[in-house]
Amino acid sequence: MLGRLSFADIPLDVPILVGTFLGVAIAGIAVLGLITYFGKWGYLWKEWLTSVDHKRLAVMYVVVALLALVRGFADAIMMRTQLALAYAGNPGYLPPHHYDQIFSAHGTIMIFFMAMAFMTALFNFVVPLQIGARDVAFPFLNNLSFWMTAVAFALINVSLFIGEFSQCGWLAYPPLSENQFSPGVGVDYYIWAVQISGVGTLLTGVNFFVTIVKMRAPGMTWMKIPVFTWTAFCASVLIMIAFPVLTVAIALLGLDRYFGMHFFTNDGGGNQMLYLSLIWTWGHPEVYILVIPAFGVFSEVVPAFSQKPIFGYATMVYATCAIMVLSFVVWVHHFFTMGAGADVNAFFGIATMIISIPTGVKLFNWLFTMYKGRVEFHATMYWAVGFMITFTIGGMTGVMMAIPAADFVLHNSLFLIAHFHNVIIGGVYFGYICGMNFWFPKVFGFKLNETWGKRAFWCWFVGFYFAFVPLYVLGFEGMTRRLNHYSNPAWHPWLLIAEIGAVMILFGIVCQVTQLYVSIRDMNLAENRDVTGDPWNGRSLEWSTSSPPPPYNFAIVPHVHEFDAFMHDKENGIDTRQAGGPYQPIHMPKNTAAGFLVGAFSFVLGFAAIWYIWWLAAIGLVGVFATVIARSANQDVDYYIPAEEVARIENEHSRKLMAQAAE
Amino acid sequence: MSNDHSAAHGGSSHGNATSYIIGFVLAVILTAAAFIVVMGHSLSPSATLMAITVLAAIQVVVHLIFFLHMSTTAEQAWDNKVFLFTLGFVAIFFVGTMFIMDNTAAHMMSR
Repeated sequence: MLGRLSFADIPLDVPILVGTFLGVAIAGIAVLGLITYFGKWGYLWKEWLTSVDHKRLAVMYVVVALLALVRGFADAIMMRTQLALAYAGNPGYLPPHHYDQIFSAHGTIMIFFMAMAFMTALFNFVVPLQIGARDVAFPFLNNLSFWMTAVAFALINVSLFIGEFSQCGWLAYPPLSENQFSPGVGVDYYIWAVQISGVGTLLTGVNFFVTIVKMRAPGMTWMKIPVFTWTAFCASVLIMIAFPVLTVAIALLGLDRYFGMHFFTNDGGGNQMLYLSLIWTWGHPEVYILVIPAFGVFSEVVPAFSQKPIFGYATMVYATCAIMVLSFVVWVHHFFTMGAGADVNAFFGIATMIISIPTGVKLFNWLFTMYKGRVEFHATMYWAVGFMITFTIGGMTGVMMAIPAADFVLHNSLFLIAHFHNVIIGGVYFGYICGMNFWFPKVFGFKLNETWGKRAFWCWFVGFYFAFVPLYVLGFEGMTRRLNHYSNPAWHPWLLIAEIGAVMILFGIVCQVTQLYVSIRDMNLAENRDVTGDPWNGRSLEWSTSSPPPPYNFAIVPHVHEFDAFMHDKENGIDTRQAGGPYQPIHMPKNTAAGFLVGAFSFVLGFAAIWYIWWLAAIGLVGVFATVIARSANQDVDYYIPAEEVARIENEHSRKLMAQAAE
Repeated sequence: MSNDHSAAHGGSSHGNATSYIIGFVLAVILTAAAFIVVMGHSLSPSATLMAITVLAAIQVVVHLIFFLHMSTTAEQAWDNKVFLFTLGFVAIFFVGTMFIMDNTAAHMMSR
């Protein structure tokens, strides 16, 4: 009846998990209780959970990303603490069985649910506004993508309390991840969570590709598209090409595990090396999927806070496209030591080094944008400058490891760990937080507190160097990754320093939470309100509408004359909003519960398949198909906002603008 | 560059009952042919592999034309560009993977 699920699978014997469960349960009950107490269930369901509005989906994506950040960071600091303790005879406090799950969960969650969700949030919020569109091309698919990501994240967290998670690292290399060596449910949790979220990501890629190709405002030719939208475009292309490879690789692993096939097994003609090649065919483009939009964020933030147009717009675009293409011809640098000969390694090593050229072009473009600009050191700008320094160091250690001979020494050592955290924290994370600070007033109509923003930055920035520079040293000293305990006395001091760094990063996260709290508390102070919708003297179209934007974004679709469309209009006295109308009724998509239902049934399907509860899996599968068919047959999916309503909202905003100007 | 979210689709053809049936029949014939070639043991192993590869390639073309509605009309220009781009990347993946796996197998003596 319950497949292989039994009470014994609930880890009551692990005090850390019981404590976590109690904490999560109490917090969860508190949140649900508060929602019930304030009677907000209807509001939450009608206005948020079923929303197809790209702006609301963006906010929900950020909520998922921040929850994932907390979970992923909890894993990280547990690992650092284990290694600070587990020295000489001391086994530490995490047995290998538990420790291996933690590092696997840390990587999986940070990449798939923190970084990807945060990136999708930025796409959702910024891209339609920057290109002067009223929504994305497929608003329902957008909602569906969100729910696939959210339920996959829920599924991975269920593994904490029911059963176990994968112990095979964040990419589940076979043969370790095969049934022979991992008979438990851990790898199955990994497979289903990654596959379900992969559906969401793939649909996101399709959605934004079509949106950017088809829905740009009149006059916005390709070379007038803002750089962030360009990066979103390139990342969408990468998603569409790379994610199917991941789906296939994980599906083949799933066939091995569920149906006893032999794609990647030791025996029966399997070839685990093919899995490495396939997974990195996706995996390398994946890191560019994450970092290219971060480059886009800096390309918006640096000009805005330097009061100058971006230096070398065209080279920025070409560099982005070059990185997009090159990212597909470098994947072997993740497994130089697998046994291929010099021909293969030399080709992929050189291809990898070539990527540093367009990336260097970008870096110089940002520097030259700042050069002779009127740079305002706003908290947002701190993240951008911190990025330039940190990412450059990370890029250079990457080029070091692109030399196959050097990689034979550094492969799978802590040097590698330091390198990719250097580019992912210093590039991706700094970029997304920079974007969050930058666009927050556009989302909610008030600015984030700057003091706490700067404190968060300094904790993260300094904490990063304390946490990861020791790992470079340890890599040279021969410490490999994923160690549970060690006996080399030379390593111990460095691991203590890394632990201090992790604690500093913890303070950074605390500062970020405080920043949110303080900003919400002070949201009504005059200096924090964003009345005009243009708090930073912005350059692109998203700043031309009100903050927060109306549901339809633009009452009258703007006409684009020049790159930096809004700045061009401001300088030439053109009213981008065309206030006063005449307004037309606006065609809008209706909210729908279908995305939520498909997500919920997918969760049921995934959970049941993990535990071999086949009748329940059948219910989940039928539910997914039935919901999709019912939704396809539904013709009642749109409505009109009447012209009078549009006029009322727009005149209200014009009135506020005039009151502000009169002060 | 329409920002109108109408339920109706753009001008591109979405096929009709006849084209779907033709596509379906062709797909069934090609699939059945592959099964016959393999189960009949009438060809040598290498010739069998070659035959089902060719049949699969034809099947892909049938799907593209009858189910994904690819054509050479002007309104399909973007679809065709995207398709060519995709083919390019599939070629990179395919050739790259063969190169890597073949070279690795030779060095690791796993063949």
